[in-house]
Amino acid sequence: MEYEPVIGLEVHAHLLTNAKIFCRCSTKFGAAPNSHTCPICLGMPGVLPVLNKKVVEYAVKMGLATNCRINDRSVFARKNYFYPDLPKGYQISQYAEPLAEHGRIEIETGDGKKIIGITRIHMEEDAGKLLHDERNPSSYVDLNRTGIPLIEIVSEPDMRSAEEAAAYLKRLHEILVYLEICDGNMEEGSFRCDANVSLRPKGRAAFGIRAELKNMNSFRNVQRAVEYEIERQRHVLDGGGKVIQETRLWDDGQGVTLSMRGKEEAHDYRYFPDPDLVPVEIGKDWIAEIEKTQPELPQEKRERFIREYQISSYDAGVLTASRALADYFEEAARQAGKPKIAANWIMGDILKFLNEDKRSVKDCPILPADLAALIRLIDDGTISGKMAKEIIDVMYKTGKKPGAVIEEKGMVQITDESALAKTITGIIEANPAQVEQYRSGKEKVFGFFVGQVMKATQGKANPKLINDLLKKMLSGS
Amino acid sequence: MKITKEEVEYVAHLARLEFHAGETEKFTSQLNGILLYMEMLNQIDTTGVEPMTHAIAQKNAFRDDVVGESLMNEAALANAPDGRGDFFRVPKVIE
Ligand SMILES: [Zn+2]
Repeated sequence: MEYEPVIGLEVHAHLLTNAKIFCRCSTKFGAAPNSHTCPICLGMPGVLPVLNKKVVEYAVKMGLATNCRINDRSVFARKNYFYPDLPKGYQISQYAEPLAEHGRIEIETGDGKKIIGITRIHMEEDAGKLLHDERNPSSYVDLNRTGIPLIEIVSEPDMRSAEEAAAYLKRLHEILVYLEICDGNMEEGSFRCDANVSLRPKGRAAFGIRAELKNMNSFRNVQRAVEYEIERQRHVLDGGGKVIQETRLWDDGQGVTLSMRGKEEAHDYRYFPDPDLVPVEIGKDWIAEIEKTQPELPQEKRERFIREYQISSYDAGVLTASRALADYFEEAARQAGKPKIAANWIMGDILKFLNEDKRSVKDCPILPADLAALIRLIDDGTISGKMAKEIIDVMYKTGKKPGAVIEEKGMVQITDESALAKTITGIIEANPAQVEQYRSGKEKVFGFFVGQVMKATQGKANPKLINDLLKKMLSGS
Repeated sequence: MKITKEEVEYVAHLARLEFHAGETEKFTSQLNGILLYMEMLNQIDTTGVEPMTHAIAQKNAFRDDVVGESLMNEAALANAPDGRGDFFRVPKVIE
């Protein structure tokens, strides 16, 4: 039978606040275990959580960027379960009244563009971290992560392939990073994704039984896990079996999803409104204020780059990979007045240098103004493109301006016509046989003369000028 | 009956409570008493009254995003039944 995969994703994103969501402990990653804790995030009795205002602001930013309706009123609720990484015995989350709902974003795959719905975005606190001891029956708890603010972004079950799931995830990721509300680090767990996957016979409206996939810590693993799970369920259904509703963990080493086999209890979280926290009411004024701080989003930027700078959609995609890179390009393009050429230098040379050194564009030793100056020097004939390749290499290594590099190396292109004409006269006089050949129609010899001139000028002569002068002088005019 | 013995057992399980013999029956009957008493509230006509989750009509209680002092590690672990080094130690959790 032919099946249609149905995929929905739940994404958890750490918000880049200084302090935790309900207390004043730091959110910095990598501190000594349990050193960022206080009575509130340790879940001591009698303490009172107070909401960090920045968390609301950041969550609203994501809601606006994904075309959600920001609810006038939203309420925190307790999600009750026992686990050693959850000191209170409940997680403070949102349930019946989340911050934002009914959003959508556009994705693009090989099959074209598609809208994916966002069911809801809500605020919650993260839990702690467990470290397991291989040798003895103990686990160790670090509560530094407890209370770090998260937003959970729940998609509609709108995706139909692993490729679409990956495209959706990348789009969410780039929006969060552009908004500068999440660092997007998947390895450190600042951006996590669970996937709900089910199959249904093609053409049928009702959903099949779904499995929830966890433990995928890269885009590639999300795509691989979803692909594997689609095949696994297809196999089960084709064999006359039934898919079981369960949580499955992605095993990166084996490249499979594995059932948690009843280790997990059926969940009954008994949500109820948290009496310690008062409702959040976001008025129109506050939303308008936040809206003013919204940056241009990646998709808008790509479209503008294509329109404004006449660059290809591929180039626009590369140049908008981060806000810093897009700003770099725009500044260089503006100062050089040649966007397409600036794009080529950035994509061909600068990104290559940066990638080799695993360096961010923010730390690039070549400033946009320096790149623009280099482009202008090629443009006015001071240097050739070939020289520029050598110069940009030195600029990157030393941080020097193009003018300084050119001076040091004595690389200025010979553009003085009379000086060059003199050299050419000498070459013509020294090679009468070749001149004869050329004049009798053997135009191939032209290359020989270009070579001679380049040699005589140590490659410093403007190639166009050499060509023009040679043609004129060889023809005897 | 507002609550059955099975429901009490289920809730006890969720709360990780273990009862001695006869306690389940006792708690079922006590909980029934409480729930029946609460049931009296349902006799009041609440048409048009918004459900209330707080005794105080407050909203938007915020703190600024400023880092303050955390506890010293020893203080954080002081009440732990089994603190080991910088960590809380618990029976192995399988994931
Ligand atoms: Zn704290």
